[in-house]
Amino acid sequence: MSARSGIDWLPHAILLAGVAIVAFPIYVTLVASTLSVSDIVNAPMPLIPGGHGLDSYREALFAGSSLRTSGALVSRMLLNSLVMALVIATGKIAISILSAYAVVFFRFPLRMVFFWMIFVTLMLPVEVRIVPTYKVVASLGMVDTFAGLTIPLIASATATLLFRQFFLTIPDEMVEAAQIDGAGPLRFFWDTVLPLSRTNIAALFVILFIYGWNQYLWPLLITNSASMMTIVIGIKTLLGGGDAQTEWNLVMATTVLAMLPPIAVVVLMQRWFVKGLVESEK
Amino acid sequence: MAEVSLRALRKSYGTTEVIHGVSCDIADGELVVVVGPSGCGKSTLLRMVAGLEEITSGEIAIGGRVVNDIEAKDRDIAMVFQNYALYPHMTVGGNMAYGLKMRGLPREEIASRVARAAAILQLDGLLDRKPRQLSGGQRQRVAMGRAIVRDPKVFLFDEPLSNLDAKLRGQMRVEIRRLQQSLATTSIYVTHDQVEAMTLADRLVVMNAGVAEQIGTPLALYERPATIFVAGFIGSPAMNFLSAVPAEDGWLALGDGTRLRPPPDGAALAPGRKLTLGLRPEHLARDGGIAPLTVTVELAEMLGADTIVHGRLGDGALLLARLPGTARAKPGERLPLAVDPARLHVFDRESGKRI
Repeated sequence: MSARSGIDWLPHAILLAGVAIVAFPIYVTLVASTLSVSDIVNAPMPLIPGGHGLDSYREALFAGSSLRTSGALVSRMLLNSLVMALVIATGKIAISILSAYAVVFFRFPLRMVFFWMIFVTLMLPVEVRIVPTYKVVASLGMVDTFAGLTIPLIASATATLLFRQFFLTIPDEMVEAAQIDGAGPLRFFWDTVLPLSRTNIAALFVILFIYGWNQYLWPLLITNSASMMTIVIGIKTLLGGGDAQTEWNLVMATTVLAMLPPIAVVVLMQRWFVKGLVESEK
Repeated sequence: MAEVSLRALRKSYGTTEVIHGVSCDIADGELVVVVGPSGCGKSTLLRMVAGLEEITSGEIAIGGRVVNDIEAKDRDIAMVFQNYALYPHMTVGGNMAYGLKMRGLPREEIASRVARAAAILQLDGLLDRKPRQLSGGQRQRVAMGRAIVRDPKVFLFDEPLSNLDAKLRGQMRVEIRRLQQSLATTSIYVTHDQVEAMTLADRLVVMNAGVAEQIGTPLALYERPATIFVAGFIGSPAMNFLSAVPAEDGWLALGDGTRLRPPPDGAALAPGRKLTLGLRPEHLARDGGIAPLTVTVELAEMLGADTIVHGRLGDGALLLARLPGTARAKPGERLPLAVDPARLHVFDRESGKRI
C-alpha cells in the first residue's frame, strides 16, 4: 500500500513542479502588473498582488501619450495584431485548402510539379526571404499597410500539406458517388469536402492565429507609423533603453493583454482543436 | 427501365490492355452478375458502364442510347459501392436525398421518394441518424436507398456485400434479390464470390484476365462450362481436373492407367490428343457396381450433411469427392468411386476449351 502511494505521489510531484516552472513567470507578470513601478524595481519584488492593477491596465490601454511608443495606444496595437492574425489565419486556410483540393482531386498537367513547388517553399520561411520580399512589397507601395503586413505571410505550404494528407483519406468512392449524384467539383467541395474538413480547419486556425499573432520580424520591418504597430513590437518599444526608466507595471500589463487573445482562441476552440489533431473521421 | 448492351468493349491504361473486347446484351429488368477472380477486370467493366472510366474502344448503350460520351450523372444509373461511400456528415435522409437535390427535384417530391425508399428498406426510424451510428447492414441498406430513390434505368453493384460478415451477407443477398425483382430494374452486379453469383444471377458473366469466358444462366454454366476456367470457378468444392489421353477404342486413359467411358454425347477424339477431364466432387459416388476410380483416402471432412473425401489416385493426382453425410472413410483406406460418363467434362488441355 505504502509503495503504491509512493509511486502515485512521485509523478504528481514531477508534474506539479513542471506546472510551477511554466506558470511562475506568468504569475510574476500578473502580479507585477498590479504593483507600482517602485515596488517592482526595489528587490525583492513582492509576490502578492498589489492595488494598482486597474490603473496600470487603464493607462496601458488608453493613455498612450505617457508611454514610449510614439503615441500608439495598446488598444490600437491589439486591434492591429488581431486584424493581422485573423487575416493571416483565414487567408492561409482559404488558399491552402483550395490548392490542396486542386492537387488531390484534379488531374492536370504538371500536377506533381506544382505540388513540389508548394512543398519546396517549406524551406523558405519568412526570415530567409525577408529582404527580397521587403523589396517587392515596398515596390508595390504596401509598406505600412495591412496588405503589406499580411499578404506575404499568407502563402502556406504547411497548411496545404496538412489538407492534402486529410483529403487523401477521403475514399475515391465518395468522389465517384458524388459524381454519379450529379455534384460538380465546386458542389463536391462545398457540400462534402468542406464539412468534412471542419475539425482540421479549426485546429489549423488555432495554430495559424497564434503564428500570426506572434509575428515579430516582418511587422518590425514593414510598419513605420505608430498607428500600424502590432502588440508584440509594442512590448519591445515599451522596454526603455538608456536614460528613461522602464515603466515595468505598464510593460507587464501590456504583456498580459497581449496574451489574452491567443488564450481566448485556444480556449474557445479547444474542443475542435483536439478533435482535429486526434480524430481521423471518415 | 432499359436494356443495356456492351459491344466489343476494350480498356487500356497506356499500352496495357486490361479488357479485351467484352460483349454482352442485358435485357430489361434482368440481373446480370459479373464474376471473376480479383484483377480480372470486372470492376473496371462496371465502372465503364457507370461512366467513371473512359471507354478505350467499343460501345455501351443504355436503353438504346449510346452513352460513351455521356457523363456519369447523365447516364441515369445508380451505383452501390463496396464501402458504401456514404457522406459521413449527412444524415441517412440527407444521403438519400442528395442526388435528387442535385437534380433539382421539388422538395415534396424528394421527401416522398425518400420516405418510400426508407419504408422499402426498413430505414424509417433512422433517417435522422448519421452513417457512423449505423451497423454495417444498415449502412448497406442506406447505400441501396440512395440508389433506389433515384429510380434509375440501371443499378450497378460493385461488390456491395464484401464488407459484411457471412451471416449478414446471406440475408442481404436475399434482400437484394427480392428488391431487384420487385423493382424490376436492370442490374449489373459485380462480385468475386461464386455462391453470391449463382444465387443472385439471372445470367452470369464469368470474367478471366479481361475476357468474358462464358455468359449464361447459372445452371447452364454449372452443367456445361465452356472452359476449364469456368469449370473450376463455378461450384464448390471446385471441380477435379485429371489429365487423360483418348485410347484407340475411344475410352479415356488416365495417368494411373485407369480407363473411363467417354461421355455419351462427346465428339470423336483423335487418339493421343492431350485432354483434361473435369469431374465435380458431388458427381462421384461411392458405388460398388461400376467403380472405375479407386483412391487412397488422405482426409475426410465430416460436414454433417456431406462428407468431403480427399483422396489420391494411383499416380498421385488429387481427387475430391462429396459423399453423403452418412459415408465414412478412414485415412489410408482404399475407396472405389463411381463416375457417371454423362457428367464427365472433357476439355482440350492446350486451349482450355470444352470439347
